[in-house]
Amino acid sequence: MPVEIDIAKVARLARIGLSPDDLAHHSEQLQVILEHAARVQALPTEGVEPTAHPLPMVNALRSDEVEPTLDRDEVLSQAPDREGPYFRVPPFLED
Amino acid sequence: MDPADLTIAEAGTRLRAGDLTSADLLHAVRRRASMTEAVLHAYLNIDHDGAAAAAAAADEALRRGDDRGPLHGIPVALKDNMVTRGLETTCSSRILAGYRPPYDATVVERLRAAGAVVFGKTNLDEFAMGSSTENSAYGPTRNPWDPDRVPGGSSGGSAAAVAVGSAFAALGSDTGGSIRQPAALTGTVGMKPTYGLVSRYGLIAFASSLDQIGPITRSVDDSVTMLAAIAGHDPSDATSYRGGYPDFASSMGDGVAGLRIGVIRELSGEGIAADVSAAFRATVDALVAAGAEVSEVSLPSTEYALSAYYLIAPAECSANLARFDGVRYGPRLPGSSVEEMMAATRADGFGPEVTRRILLGTYALSAGYYDAFYGQAQKVRTLVVEDFRRAYAEVDVLVTPTSPTTAFALGERADDPLAMYLSDICTIPSNLAGDPAISLPCGLDSAGLPIGFQVLAPALGEPVMFRVAKAVEELVGFSARPALASSEGAA
Repeated sequence: MPVEIDIAKVARLARIGLSPDDLAHHSEQLQVILEHAARVQALPTEGVEPTAHPLPMVNALRSDEVEPTLDRDEVLSQAPDREGPYFRVPPFLED
Repeated sequence: MDPADLTIAEAGTRLRAGDLTSADLLHAVRRRASMTEAVLHAYLNIDHDGAAAAAAAADEALRRGDDRGPLHGIPVALKDNMVTRGLETTCSSRILAGYRPPYDATVVERLRAAGAVVFGKTNLDEFAMGSSTENSAYGPTRNPWDPDRVPGGSSGGSAAAVAVGSAFAALGSDTGGSIRQPAALTGTVGMKPTYGLVSRYGLIAFASSLDQIGPITRSVDDSVTMLAAIAGHDPSDATSYRGGYPDFASSMGDGVAGLRIGVIRELSGEGIAADVSAAFRATVDALVAAGAEVSEVSLPSTEYALSAYYLIAPAECSANLARFDGVRYGPRLPGSSVEEMMAATRADGFGPEVTRRILLGTYALSAGYYDAFYGQAQKVRTLVVEDFRRAYAEVDVLVTPTSPTTAFALGERADDPLAMYLSDICTIPSNLAGDPAISLPCGLDSAGLPIGFQVLAPALGEPVMFRVAKAVEELVGFSARPALASSEGAA
């Protein structure tokens, strides 16, 4: 089954900036893999419930009590850029 | 005998008899690593100072009579996707270069509490995505049986280290076979526990509903020892299993007489290399001779399991890897806006396989394609689970070859992702089901490369799985060692 891929849109959604050559290469490989993966569509699954997880999950709750957290300075020491107690990033709102 | 060639059980006996110290064991693995690492590259990072301090502390504790149990003083290795406080953890990715985590993963805490000595962090396919350990940003690991071949993946560094004796045991992680397939390709014992039995807190997530941490060892007994140390409920992991834990070794040594063993038809015929098939059949025959009742079992949906996996795993990976954006850790590339900065950082930081899977997952989850791909894959997952349930109504365990082939040449499948993905066809179904599985060596092929035998059991069926594995280990009597582990090869 041919699969339609707008690779530039997918890369933008994934926040990965790829060159035109890389986009073309990935588009080609995704096409092959997705055509194989599309075989799942051949199985009749009417009335079959999806399984998202191998365990029958229920919420895991803990009591609402203050507990120690990671040390702020230790965490911030790993940041590529910081300002005081904050992670510093480029502007995300236009002027 | 060089202490580096001992099992954990043997080393522990000699430690307690006073023949060896933890410092001696550490010296032995360091010596082995110094002889083999230039070729193998099993390790990304060896913690010489931390390991020496831990070994000294273990020896001192033992002198005081503070014996923490079978792992006390034993040098072990960790796949570099488990965080270690203050010790660089990269997942073999440039996007985490230099990252020193502010905490230890739960499994690391538990190994340290059991007295184990953390020797170093092992190489892997970037973010555990791959079947050959070639997709590491820091260069591939090689197979100690033949350095021109891959050690399997993604826990190839851990498997190679254990096979060659530069660690007594190691932890790997298994999302689609990443513990068992490298164990098969390196002649070691690799096991994936029931989903939830071992905490994933501090395991850098690839596909959360499939990932499990488990041990790679040189014997089935050592596998049990490692699993017992790391299993158990962890409130820090919301998916951690809260029920009672089985005694993993309760039926070890009981043999297989009267056990019902099913051979999975779809995973033991077509597509399996002749030598692998012959060794697998010979092992099944030995089980029959030992009194097991063997029958052929059909799991029809396993044919579709690989397709479902390569939609589900990338979908979860695209969500999990969104956190690598250059804001909180790792290197950052400049951009005039946050979005540009992220897109540049991620394009530069992720290698081709990780990029491919993120794109695949993003596509499978995107509007218009979700139902046809991801939604349908989740339903196929249900069919796989139901197939296993039906099979386990008839048999106690299932068996297959672990990998369709023995170790393949470096570069052989690098440009053919689909061929690479087929390496995991025998291991993927149990990840979808969340059931335990183990691989152990069952012979050598005509090129002298190890062949893996896989035993699968229902959820929490570790005791029966280990029982069969122990019987296979005794029946096969596998004692071959990789060329690089011998003193001549290592020199």
